[in-house]
Amino acid sequence: MRQQDSDSHGFAPSRRGFMAGLAAGAGGLTLPRLALAQDGPKPGGKLRYGMNDGSQQDTLDPAGWVAVMTGFAFNGALCNNLVEFLPDGTLAGDLATSWESDDGALRWTFVLRQGVKFHDGRPLTAEDVRQSIQHHMGEDSTSSALAIVRQIARIDIDGDRVIFTLAEGNADFPALMSDYHLSIFPAREGGGIDWESGIGTGPFKLDSFEPGVAIRLLRNPDYHKPGLPHFDEVEVLNIPDSTARLNALLTGEVDVIEDVDIRNVALVERNPELKVVRTPSLRHLTFDMNCSVAPYDNPAVRKALKLAIDRDDIISKVFLGEATKGNDNPAARIMPYFAETPPQHDYDPEAARALLKEAGLDTVSVDLSVAESAFPGAIDAAVLFQEHAAKAGITVNIVQEADDGYWDNVWLKKPFNASDWYGRVTLDWLFSTSYTSDSPWNNTGFRNAGFDEICKAARTELDPDQRATLYAQAQQILHDDGGVITVAFVSWRLAMTANVGHGELGGILPADNHRGAERWWRIDA
Amino acid sequence: MTSKSHPILSMVTSRIGLGLLSLLIVSLVIFSAVSFLPGSYASAILGQNATPEAVAAMEQQLGLDRPWFLRYLAWLGAAATGDMGMSFAGRPVMTVVGPRLKNTILLASITAVIAVPLAIALGILCARFRGRFIDKFLSTSTLASISLPEFLVAYIVMMVLAVKLQLFPSMAGIRNGMDFADQLYRMVLPILTLLLVILAHMVRNTRAAILSVMASPYIEMARLKGEPEGRVVLRQALPNAIGPIASVVALNLAYLISGVVVIEVVFVYPGIGQAMIDAVRNRDVPVIQACALIFATAYIGFNLIADIISIVSNPRLLHPR
Repeated sequence: MRQQDSDSHGFAPSRRGFMAGLAAGAGGLTLPRLALAQDGPKPGGKLRYGMNDGSQQDTLDPAGWVAVMTGFAFNGALCNNLVEFLPDGTLAGDLATSWESDDGALRWTFVLRQGVKFHDGRPLTAEDVRQSIQHHMGEDSTSSALAIVRQIARIDIDGDRVIFTLAEGNADFPALMSDYHLSIFPAREGGGIDWESGIGTGPFKLDSFEPGVAIRLLRNPDYHKPGLPHFDEVEVLNIPDSTARLNALLTGEVDVIEDVDIRNVALVERNPELKVVRTPSLRHLTFDMNCSVAPYDNPAVRKALKLAIDRDDIISKVFLGEATKGNDNPAARIMPYFAETPPQHDYDPEAARALLKEAGLDTVSVDLSVAESAFPGAIDAAVLFQEHAAKAGITVNIVQEADDGYWDNVWLKKPFNASDWYGRVTLDWLFSTSYTSDSPWNNTGFRNAGFDEICKAARTELDPDQRATLYAQAQQILHDDGGVITVAFVSWRLAMTANVGHGELGGILPADNHRGAERWWRIDA
Repeated sequence: MTSKSHPILSMVTSRIGLGLLSLLIVSLVIFSAVSFLPGSYASAILGQNATPEAVAAMEQQLGLDRPWFLRYLAWLGAAATGDMGMSFAGRPVMTVVGPRLKNTILLASITAVIAVPLAIALGILCARFRGRFIDKFLSTSTLASISLPEFLVAYIVMMVLAVKLQLFPSMAGIRNGMDFADQLYRMVLPILTLLLVILAHMVRNTRAAILSVMASPYIEMARLKGEPEGRVVLRQALPNAIGPIASVVALNLAYLISGVVVIEVVFVYPGIGQAMIDAVRNRDVPVIQACALIFATAYIGFNLIADIISIVSNPRLLHPR
């Protein structure tokens, strides 16, 4: 069963899955199952998904979605966006079939798909789209998508077309329309949208919703994607405690659990009826230096600190191997326009010491603010960093901050702190929220005129090759000169029964880009 | 209060008065404590999307830009008329807390219906056969189960009955659509765990209360008159031990309402403890206040009932000269 990971549907074989497949194949036992799996997805059955972040604050209002639980159930199962990210990272139409812009990337026209119906039978119209986006706009909006929709100056409709006029050109605008808050709901007479009744265009209809407890959804027989979804029923359960979540999987109460504890991965993988599915994500764990505060305003100090940390050691001891080494570039490998930023920064205490000496510094002493709530394992990682840096003549004083309120009182405020970044869909969004001089979450206090200019030029550049060149330069600047020490990128880590079938998983959002409900199936259905 | 009024009546009125005062103090302490916590509802909810403008807009909509004591007075004024207000997520507090409270009361009452008679019976048994095998066995095993932390008891129960023997579901997550039999079946493990936790305390106290009465001269007299030992325990000792037994029962019942959060988490039971933790994490003050008031009311109410019972069971208190 375990080689489900490796044999089906283009899922890239991990070495472990590959070896297990070989070993089992040698016994000749797996041939019938192999044939079975190749039959492809089957209709029917039920998916029960144990989530970790549901809350009684959860709401059907798309402006208030924060949890993976609401993202998966409401954005992924109940609704659709104009566009969606496919598992391979390409952008595809969903409720829109095509889109185009003028030369300055200022005016974007989306053409809607014909024949899409809401769950109550109403046909999808351009007005529904306009109201759904406007729901997040306005003076007193508290929507989590405010930063995206603020770019929109006006929305016009013309038959089955929706025309967005932006305040400034943005070549990434279609990709931003995949943001999970921008789900399309039916418009209300006289303006606004009706999110209260839980009616969308998605693969599943809402059956019941108990905030913080459970969400139950039933198959939508009139779904606009042919052959989808596969399940008859999807139930999403909130199980905040990680031990309780694992127990629920082990006792067959649920089929999939979110975020399996790294200490329990071996236990799950030993069980032939279960599997662990890892998907590279945008999420990265960092130590951020504020480039405008001494001693981090000295490029030599920044560079020395980047060379004085042994990322491999931290990954093997703190993350138990469940992470990928970072290279001081906050862009994830799965993002469009990601570029390699050579050389890989590796642990080299001698080189770090030499750099400091060259800059006329004998010793450097820094205060690193951490808390367990900064990222899981942040304190352990800081303790190892302290040991590594000592060999380069750098004293790292660990300041253990309070868990509660870390993001209000430490992050963006202390000059050297640990941070957990969930990432952004596009490089433009990532850089303009966290790395350009005027960005709101510039935790590294990075002010580099050249970098700002490149980001500004790339934003309206519609030629992909030109953009790739510009973004490669921007990433190299961050790697060489930025204040971010990217320790590691982490994967989404699901544990599921071997009876759940799936293709390659998308990693931009958790749970197969939130769309697991429509993409997965039951092998035993 | 004049000394002529009925003792129960005067006690009940003064207790209710004191109880209301306690509730007022509890609500003030909780409200100010939450206000002094770092972070706010807006930053907790908006997370990594919390631009300063969005936080300011949300705080203004929720009235969080006003000083905390003004917000407290506004809350208090509404609460005095029975209006618990709106949760910051925009739903009435009672629709957030109500279903959770119902689940908690369901779990607590089923547990209590089993635990209270059983504990008193076992306590009497221990007292009657003091020093014999049954007494030693129960004393030792109750001491052991008091000493174990409740989450450990819960995990042991779950490991044996759910994971190994697979007799019962590991998740007690009851939901609206389930019929009662199904709900009961799902609740077996948390009920069993709670029984193990609260039985011990009540058994030991029942035993101790009876035994302390058994040392009185009138028990000696009853024995000398030739009353059988069982009759002495049930007819002479037990009625005089009801006061202390009632107060330990009251304490455990209040615990069943307000103290079972660990067990709720382990068994994924949607009770009020989880609701309060959720609210504290999000700084949803109206929901926190409602939960705190419910917990405080449970303690005050059960203790009041225990005191009434001990007065009724004691003729000297019931008919004071």
